[in-house]
Amino acid sequence: MAGNTETIPTDVLWGGGQSPFSVTYGKMMMWFFLVSDALTFGGLLTAYGFARATSEDAWPIGEQVFRALPGLDGQYPLIYVALMTFILIVSSVTMVLAVEAGHRNDKAGVLKWLGATIIGGFFFLGSQAWEWSHFIHGSGGGFQLAKEVTVTADNGETFTLAEGEMIFMDHHFGHLAEPWSEGDANTTLTQEDGHITLTQYGEHEHSAQLHSLTFNKYVENESHVSGDEAVKLWNARSEVFSFGANLEDSEYAVQQTYANFFFFITGFHGFHVFSGVIINIIIFLMALNGVFERRGHYEMVEKTGLYWHFVDLVWVFVFTFFYLI
Amino acid sequence: MERDDLIVNDSYAMAAHHSEEAGAAIRKKIWFVTALLTLITAVEVGMGVIFKRSETFTWTAIKWTFIVMTLVKAAYIVLVFMHLGEERRNLKRAVIAPYVLFICYLIFIAITEGFGHLNSFNTLH
Repeated sequence: MAGNTETIPTDVLWGGGQSPFSVTYGKMMMWFFLVSDALTFGGLLTAYGFARATSEDAWPIGEQVFRALPGLDGQYPLIYVALMTFILIVSSVTMVLAVEAGHRNDKAGVLKWLGATIIGGFFFLGSQAWEWSHFIHGSGGGFQLAKEVTVTADNGETFTLAEGEMIFMDHHFGHLAEPWSEGDANTTLTQEDGHITLTQYGEHEHSAQLHSLTFNKYVENESHVSGDEAVKLWNARSEVFSFGANLEDSEYAVQQTYANFFFFITGFHGFHVFSGVIINIIIFLMALNGVFERRGHYEMVEKTGLYWHFVDLVWVFVFTFFYLI
Repeated sequence: MERDDLIVNDSYAMAAHHSEEAGAAIRKKIWFVTALLTLITAVEVGMGVIFKRSETFTWTAIKWTFIVMTLVKAAYIVLVFMHLGEERRNLKRAVIAPYVLFICYLIFIAITEGFGHLNSFNTLH
């Protein structure tokens, strides 16, 4: 204004042509895009927290649902998810090393670290595919009780389970209970001397005996029931069986919301990882062809790097709010 | 307050090449942050496995510890890996301020309005 007598020399005064943020248009717009994308994920996680807080039924616990490792039988709560987090952090590190190499115009360095980032991205996508597969197939499934039952658990405590309570099978028995409950003619149920056996006839005949059942599997106070008490629970079953999860039904909770949020949040994030890997591959090929060398700078690596770090950043929040808390 | 919104030279981020020595220092910082992020994640998982969920104050404190550790991880990723810490002050603000504002508003509105229908029965009838 007229009253302002301060003079700024024209060589330091912003007179257009250059960004007042001292960044290029592309990089600034990448930041603004990431802000809007982060708002989307923030909205999803807030919606998840809201659905969980207002849910009248018990909400599944991360360390009870996600405790399997590929090829192993035991229980490893959250270890697999932690491994996925570690893979993504490491791929973020290789990305930032690629950006650093770009600042030194080191083409070989950029290719090496960007290549490692792409491999890390594929590792993460593969891990997520396994996790989805495990979530969809479940680990034995369960059935609802048709009436109220009082049972003694393995730890000696007595529980009264309400009608509609979900009872879970082990994966050997559940594997055969799935076709049997769907009316498969080749799978039969036999009950002799208090032993319940499911047998599937066909090319590979195999059978499984009911040894033990579980309740409260995905919430607090998971309890096991075996022997005659398990038979009592089995005989009180209703027609309602659930195996794993899909878009209409899930064994993890009474309400479908939990499985839906799992599919949407991790799926939306996984899609970001997938597009990030594709973008990284394109930039890798451009670097390989010497495009950036001719341009004189590797800023494109920096811009895709921003996107890739953002994907890591989102996962850090998904890990805490979906799995941990 | 010192002004940093003036263009003193043509130094765009893309033209900001650095030397071998500067690169070595940057890489050292990168590996430090990597170790820190991994350590925090390991502690989080360890706490999640060891402590049982309950209605007690302990679990509430643990939940808040998780949230604080997550924010620390996020800050390191944004400020070091994404180099926002080295950008100009007004870019930093243009990125962080709108985000924090809208997310705080969203959480506020989800908590107050979202639970409003639960109280409406008591107040309206």
